[in-house]
Amino acid sequence: MTSIGTGYDLSNSIFSPDGRNFQVEYAAKAVENAGTSIGIKCEDGIVFATEKLVSSKLLVSGANKRIQTIDRHIGVVSSGLVPDGRHIVNRGRQESKSYKGIFKQPISIPQIASRLGNYVQVYTTANSVRPFGISTIVGGHDSQGYHLYMIEPSGVYWGYQGIAVGKGRQSAKSELEKLKLPGIKVKDAIKEAAKIIYTAHEDFKDKDFELEMSWISEEFTNGRHEFVPEDLLAEAKKYAEEDEDEDDEDDEDDEDEEMAE
Amino acid sequence: MEHDPFKWGRPDNATYGDYDYRISNAKNTEFPSMHTQQPIVTGTSVIAIKYKNGIVMAADNLGSYGSLARFSNIERLIPVGKDTVVGISGDISDLQYIERALDELEVENDYDGASHPFKANHIHEYLNKLLYQRRSKLNPLWNAVVVAGINSDNEPFLAHNDLLGVQFSSPTLATGFGAHLAIPLLRKVADKEEDVAHVTKEQAREAILQSMKVLFYRDARSSNRFSLVTIDKDTGISFEKDLKVENMSWKYAETIKGYGNLQKF
Repeated sequence: MTSIGTGYDLSNSIFSPDGRNFQVEYAAKAVENAGTSIGIKCEDGIVFATEKLVSSKLLVSGANKRIQTIDRHIGVVSSGLVPDGRHIVNRGRQESKSYKGIFKQPISIPQIASRLGNYVQVYTTANSVRPFGISTIVGGHDSQGYHLYMIEPSGVYWGYQGIAVGKGRQSAKSELEKLKLPGIKVKDAIKEAAKIIYTAHEDFKDKDFELEMSWISEEFTNGRHEFVPEDLLAEAKKYAEEDEDEDDEDDEDDEDEEMAE
Repeated sequence: MEHDPFKWGRPDNATYGDYDYRISNAKNTEFPSMHTQQPIVTGTSVIAIKYKNGIVMAADNLGSYGSLARFSNIERLIPVGKDTVVGISGDISDLQYIERALDELEVENDYDGASHPFKANHIHEYLNKLLYQRRSKLNPLWNAVVVAGINSDNEPFLAHNDLLGVQFSSPTLATGFGAHLAIPLLRKVADKEEDVAHVTKEQAREAILQSMKVLFYRDARSSNRFSLVTIDKDTGISFEKDLKVENMSWKYAETIKGYGNLQKF
């Protein structure tokens, strides 16, 4: 990259002569190398899934959750620097609480996405701070139905039918496109999400990981953001693992064929 | 004019003399500050009784503005968490404040996935702290609150809390007028804690319905529309709304003459 040594990458508040903010681009790099997270908007709900890389065998399995709750009806998952993810959720909780204090009703998803987007953007404009090293997927249910957004380190936020961030985003995105969103049911989306995360993990094959999943659905969780129950999670993992085995077998077959040739 | 950025636009001291800060600091009330002196829109009694496996609680739907029956659709039984209901009498705006405080408490408790759901005794403790803190600021929440639910030992829990920060527990509880009119009736069914084991759900419910009737007869700030909730440690909460006081007899009214002073004759 042309930024090295030019001095234009040392500060947030200085553009390079060709109009780029390098600090923000470096922040995006932090996300590109992190565990994969996905969000899916379904006909009847929202599903979040993340590949939580386990850095030590001494960590308690199932602890240190990555998917978090902003309010009853809003879930968040982010890829990138974990403490940054915690920070933005804290801010989201404050925003949600303050909105409820003023308007006496829960904040809508477009509103919270906008507030968080603006918050992230501010951290790209001042010399004294660094941008967020995370891409954040925010989803939820409100009076207008289900919504899914993703906020980038630059503060850009778009609404999506399905979105993937982190190292395995390329393969995950092409899998998501095959699902023909949002024409999918949450229960099916849970399985597909597990499969996508397992596939995306190919990029980090040497590291252990835990699959973490949550959902929001009027029918199954009463419009609340909750972790996927144990039985459904186990079912989804089974589905994902079966599929993985098939792929492996296919690979082996291919190899055999190659050898025969 | 002052050009100092901190005093910008003020009359120049050199020209007009020292600025009189008493003008900008003046209050436009007689008092330095004002706290709640009395409730405005009020709800009357909340009554509750324990039975073998749970609790029955009721409160009417009236919001009174002084003696005017101002609002007829106020819900004063507020469910919190999975197995607790808070019944609130007294000021309705303070009721709404407490409702929001409990909602916020619930949202914050669920941040980590509802892994530690709170129980009736926790909510009672929280409310007591809230009410006592406010009375210690000489700005009380003008309510009497009954917390009914299942506690952390999975036993029925019933406790009272009020604007003074007083808390106590009893197998029968009532606030306001109910403390005079309903408690004697409820104690006929369950006088002491050890009696509760012999009280059935049906008996408890019957006693509550009877007490709501008596309260409607004699409490001039009550209405005949009420909500009733049954919290059972096995079957959970069942809410009944829009109930009406039934089988009333106003016959005794025929014998009333004047405002009471003529009745001895």
